[in-house]
Amino acid sequence: MITLDNVTLSFADGASRIVAVDSVTLTGRPGVVTGITGPSGSGKSSILALAATLIRADSGRVVIGGTDVAELSRSDLAVLRRERIGIVFQQSNLLPSLTAREQLQVMGELGGAGVASRRRAIRARVDELLDAVGLAEHAHKRPAQLSGGQRQRVAIARALVHQPEVLLVDEPTSALDRARGVEIMQLIARLTRERSTATLLVTHDVTPTASVDEWVTVVDGRIDAGALAAV
Amino acid sequence: MFVAWRDLRFARGRFVLIGTVVALITLLVGFLAGLTGGLASQNVSGVLALPGDRLVLQSSDGAGPTFGQSEIMDAALTGWREAPGVTSVTPVGIAQTRAEADGQHAAVALFGMPAGAAASEVAALAPTRDGEIGLSAGAAKELGVSIGGSVTVAGAEYRVASVGADVWYSHTPIVAMTPTAWASADTVLGGDGRPTVLAVSGDADWSAVAASTGTSVATPLASLPHLETFRSEVGSLGLMIAMLFGVSALVVGAFFTVWTMQRAGDVAVLKALGASTRSLVRDALGQALVVLLVGTGVGLLAVVGLGALAGSALPFVLSPLTTLVPAFAMVLLGLVGAAVALRPVTAADPLTALGSAR
Ligand SMILES: Nc1ncnc2c1ncn2[C@@H]1O[C@H](COP(=O)(O)OP(=O)(O)OP(=O)(O)O)[C@@H](O)[C@H]1O
Ligand SMILES: [Mg+2]
Repeated sequence: MITLDNVTLSFADGASRIVAVDSVTLTGRPGVVTGITGPSGSGKSSILALAATLIRADSGRVVIGGTDVAELSRSDLAVLRRERIGIVFQQSNLLPSLTAREQLQVMGELGGAGVASRRRAIRARVDELLDAVGLAEHAHKRPAQLSGGQRQRVAIARALVHQPEVLLVDEPTSALDRARGVEIMQLIARLTRERSTATLLVTHDVTPTASVDEWVTVVDGRIDAGALAAV
Repeated sequence: MFVAWRDLRFARGRFVLIGTVVALITLLVGFLAGLTGGLASQNVSGVLALPGDRLVLQSSDGAGPTFGQSEIMDAALTGWREAPGVTSVTPVGIAQTRAEADGQHAAVALFGMPAGAAASEVAALAPTRDGEIGLSAGAAKELGVSIGGSVTVAGAEYRVASVGADVWYSHTPIVAMTPTAWASADTVLGGDGRPTVLAVSGDADWSAVAASTGTSVATPLASLPHLETFRSEVGSLGLMIAMLFGVSALVVGAFFTVWTMQRAGDVAVLKALGASTRSLVRDALGQALVVLLVGTGVGLLAVVGLGALAGSALPFVLSPLTTLVPAFAMVLLGLVGAAVALRPVTAADPLTALGSAR
């Protein structure tokens, strides 16, 4: 469960400030894919960055699983991101030197020399996840040897390694063709239900095949209630 | 080190290249250090092996004392002998000349000193009779003589009474004689037969005695700069070594700066995924350490190999001081360079991972 409660975020723009997110309130519930759509520059990625704790809000609260992130230090935020949030980027953002399996295993190493038992648990989960995204046979390949869709699948599996409560996805299909895009969306929807993650998904694709349960439309940093009906 | 190891393997070519550069610099530094050590020991081992806690020099012309110019006057000798707390005073005459044996010539350093002085490698060479000399190993080798053979020095012939340690003075091997024989040899060579240096021991107020006798006193090590050849030689080689250290820190630092800048995107992704900055820094430094250790290791092996080959042809010293210490300094300076290059890692903004401009 993730809640943004009356959240505002602005960026410095010379002498003035651009308000990228303006008093936004929204909730992501477990097992539900919440689609965030809207014109370019409307603030969709900014909302995701706030939810991902990559940036702090000017005002309002971001609450993840009962924790108000404003109360956490930078290193606590890193732990929160590592353990309770899964992020899938627009580009798959895989590490070029790692094989598909290692992209997932590395999640167990991010906190430094982790506890051995925990590392073992993660290693066991890695194979199950690769299987779930249909990549068991490609586990030994590096990103350069994978197609765009396969890379995005690895990224999705990577986001789920720590069994996060919240899954944040920013335009996962923008680098893919239509058929591949639909597959990825369906995969995200299936995993959201199977694993009960609260999924926020930014996308331009508002067709029914988008596998989204609820829509939120953002215009100029604000949630536009009227636009929902148009979908 | 999870990602660091895989990066090392993945970008093998680049790391092999920088490792090779580190190895070559280590080789250069190690070789120069060995050569410096070898040259220095051919220069000063005799001085360091004189039988005393302190060495006394006296210059007549008021200029700073040097081994070449020093002459100990009788009054100064008496002053040191009678000074409270001084337990032993060994006058040593030093002169450089040529020696000949069976048609073989060699430049040697004549050390005139009494037999039975406090035990030291130089004192052990001293003969008991005026007609005898003691040869250092280097002198015996260059003259091609052994015990019982005869050697001509300054027009007089001497019987070789002993062959001892490999001690040198100002790049010439040491030949020891009695003070009497040395004084007459020195006179033939144009000197006045006065000793050059006093090797003194005890527990005295050294500077007070030096002041009252018009001499200067220092430990053997601190006396080395008074050896004319020592300062310029060690100075220029030392400067080259220092410059090489600087170059290596710069090269390694520059490499890792470029490397981490190239990885800035990956670092931002790792941070967004929840990597602690500490683990990222440890990864980056660990990676540099691996490259440095392998590079200096290979370089050290090459130094030891080449040093063993060169040892017979060049004055070359293989010791921890000329191998491990420079290698350790290389690793340390390389790490400093890599640490300076860490800025992109600590500064990377995880927010940039969200953007599409990767
Ligand atoms: N790091 C930043 N610094 C300054 N301004 C920013 C920054 N990130 C976003 N903005 C501004 O905030 C506004 C919202 O940007 P955001 O990236 O959230 O839009 P978006 O809805 O994701 O657009 P798109 O669909 O094109 O990805 C824009 O006006 C943008 O210029
Ligand atoms: Mg965006």
